[in-house]
Amino acid sequence: MSGLLILIPCAIGLGALALIAFFWALRSGQYNDLEGDGQRVLLNDESLEKIDPRQSRPGA
Amino acid sequence: MTSLAAAAGPAPVELDPFIAHAADGTGEICFAVPDAYCAACIEAIEGELRGTEGVLSARVNLSQRRVLIRYGAHADVTSFTRRITRSGYRNFPVDATVDPGHDAALSELVRALAVSGFAAGNIMLFSVSVWAGADEATRALFHWLSALLALPAIVYAGRPFFRSAWSALRVGRTNMDVPISIGVTLTTALSLFETITGGEHAYFDASTMLLFFLLAGRTLDHMMRKQARSAVDNLARLSPRGAYRLLDDGGQAFVRLADIVPGMRFALKAGERVPVDASVVAGSGQIDMAMVNGESIPMAALPGTSLPAGAINLLGTLEIVADRPARDSFLARMTAYVEAAEDTRTKYRRIADRAAQLYAPVVHLTAAITFLGWLAMGVGWHAALLNAVAVLIITCPCALALAVPIVHVVAAGRLFANGVVMREGSALERMGAVQVAAFDKTGTLTLGTPVLVRQDPEDPALLAIAARLGAQSNHPLSRAIAAAAQDAVGDNPLSVTERPGLGVEASVEGVVWRLGSAAFCGAEDSDADSASHVWLARDAEPVAMFAFRDDARGDAAATVAGMARLGVPVHILSGDRPAAVAAVADAVGASSWSAGLAPEEKQAAIARLRTEHGAVLMVGDGINDAPALRAADVSIAPASAADIGRAAADFVLTNDRLAGVPFVLSIARRADRLVRENLGFAVAYNAVVLPLAILGHVTPLVAAIAMSSSSVVVVVNAMRLRLGAGPSELAARPGDSP
Repeated sequence: MSGLLILIPCAIGLGALALIAFFWALRSGQYNDLEGDGQRVLLNDESLEKIDPRQSRPGA
Repeated sequence: MTSLAAAAGPAPVELDPFIAHAADGTGEICFAVPDAYCAACIEAIEGELRGTEGVLSARVNLSQRRVLIRYGAHADVTSFTRRITRSGYRNFPVDATVDPGHDAALSELVRALAVSGFAAGNIMLFSVSVWAGADEATRALFHWLSALLALPAIVYAGRPFFRSAWSALRVGRTNMDVPISIGVTLTTALSLFETITGGEHAYFDASTMLLFFLLAGRTLDHMMRKQARSAVDNLARLSPRGAYRLLDDGGQAFVRLADIVPGMRFALKAGERVPVDASVVAGSGQIDMAMVNGESIPMAALPGTSLPAGAINLLGTLEIVADRPARDSFLARMTAYVEAAEDTRTKYRRIADRAAQLYAPVVHLTAAITFLGWLAMGVGWHAALLNAVAVLIITCPCALALAVPIVHVVAAGRLFANGVVMREGSALERMGAVQVAAFDKTGTLTLGTPVLVRQDPEDPALLAIAARLGAQSNHPLSRAIAAAAQDAVGDNPLSVTERPGLGVEASVEGVVWRLGSAAFCGAEDSDADSASHVWLARDAEPVAMFAFRDDARGDAAATVAGMARLGVPVHILSGDRPAAVAAVADAVGASSWSAGLAPEEKQAAIARLRTEHGAVLMVGDGINDAPALRAADVSIAPASAADIGRAAADFVLTNDRLAGVPFVLSIARRADRLVRENLGFAVAYNAVVLPLAILGHVTPLVAAIAMSSSSVVVVVNAMRLRLGAGPSELAARPGDSP
């Protein structure tokens, strides 16, 4: 029984945390443009001329 | 028509109504960019705007194909349109007073969905332990914890249903939300009572799960309609919000549409729409009336000609004087017809609501009989009530309420991928019942631009000179000649004199050539279809005659054949001349046609078709089609349609391909079959579980399994509508459909 008293609040607490995180994401507009956010991954953060060509292939 | 308007250049747009001003002096404006679709598009538009002076931020929303620009006090708002155009994208302002990303109803639904999902998941954990045989003390604890989670969740997540049920009940009607609300409320109340008295069964898991499934269906439905709305808004071509008034001191001032009073004088430049019904005072031009009366050949405008609102000036600058205020103009009259014609739609009741009307009394009566029956058998009111509520839970229309919307959502997704926007679910139901189709001619079945079909006599040299003359004119028939002999036009343009309403004249190597109407060229035209003939005259002597036809779209005949294959005859309704309509009807294989119809006569023709055949589908694009689009049981408008026509239609073809019409019909019929299957399944399910519930064999475990499995079955069945879907079904089989 005493195990339950710890585990149940933990389980519900984690679930509630996820719910709050979802509400936060919803409020901050992260679901406003799902298609656009998917495409923005492909954009360069900096313009091309600023990127050092020697760093562009870290594996080499 | 679209191309003509585009050739003449867009009308100037007043940006003020679209700007939202913030308190700190910054402003916000939103532009639709319907062609943006990729990361590079985002980069191009945002990059261009970021480089514009005074722009604080620019963000493209790709889901809605819009860009929201926030700018400081010293920015030049009028330059934004030019900037976006320079980055390569069509654009026009849309209403920014509402934040494009914000939709209060949708975020309420999503929040309710999250809360009910959270509660249902956690309560299910407790319920599984209880079903696995928790001892009495643990069971009581778990029931209490479930109640603690369920009560706030149900109050919060159930609001959309309770509200809708209440508003229906208040006016003495029922809808699907009434049995849902009663079921959820009673189940929760009984479970609470069981928890307080330490009873064995609590149904908190059932009521939260029920809400979760229903909210999922409703959220999807809402997202579908939101997507359709923004796709249609993005097609809006601007109807004039006002016009440039000519002041007595020679200056010009912008006057809003509503402020126009009869007697005001306006300048109407090439490419602009006539703002209100007006008469020409000075100047001359060519007026494109295709949107107004379906006439494909432009009308000459000379002083004294009266112009209906919504017609487009193709050529020259006219000075016009307003005859009637905006509220009495042709456009407003059409809007009034559209509103008056709403009857057929409001009379239609959605299949789910019709099912609910039958379903609710049956279920509530069964529950009451179960209660009284067990009471009469002497088991005590507690056990009797328990069984009665079990009846309510097990029959709660989870599958029934999902059965219809889920099919509509899947259908809308598939149509959208093929360039058809569906405005609402009931349109699909009405489409499924269609027995006869009525098509408009100009701009719908035909391209709306004339094509040269015959020359008499066939002399390439005469065609060449006609093409050189025609290339200098904006008249669609001249353009058609120029297009027919493009090589002959060459690089050295002739200097021509244009006589509006007559033709063009030029002098080449001492010879005076005239290209224009029979009268202008001194010819006798006895043909009935003389309006689409042009003559060429050399030194006032007619030497050649050119005949034109507004050609049918490439896929028009295939579309009509596709409709015939689906058992739907096609009737053409047009405001154009009988000769022109007969030719098109013949070319596309339409079964019958009516010509020379005024807008209100089109409405009457629709009513006649309905009494003869049954439900009518109307496909049309013009202002004059709007009342007919509304009067028909269901309607489709191509993207090129006038704003009022698109607003009146249930489906909009965004890619302007007629092949979408039979595709919509075949999808609608399949969807109709799936809806009926789903409803049939829901009835069969109830027939099986209802006796169990009445006999008192339904425990919370049985209820949970039965409810979720029935929901899954209807969703999976709806997914069958996606069978055969590919990336470009219409491209692969034009005019055909699975």
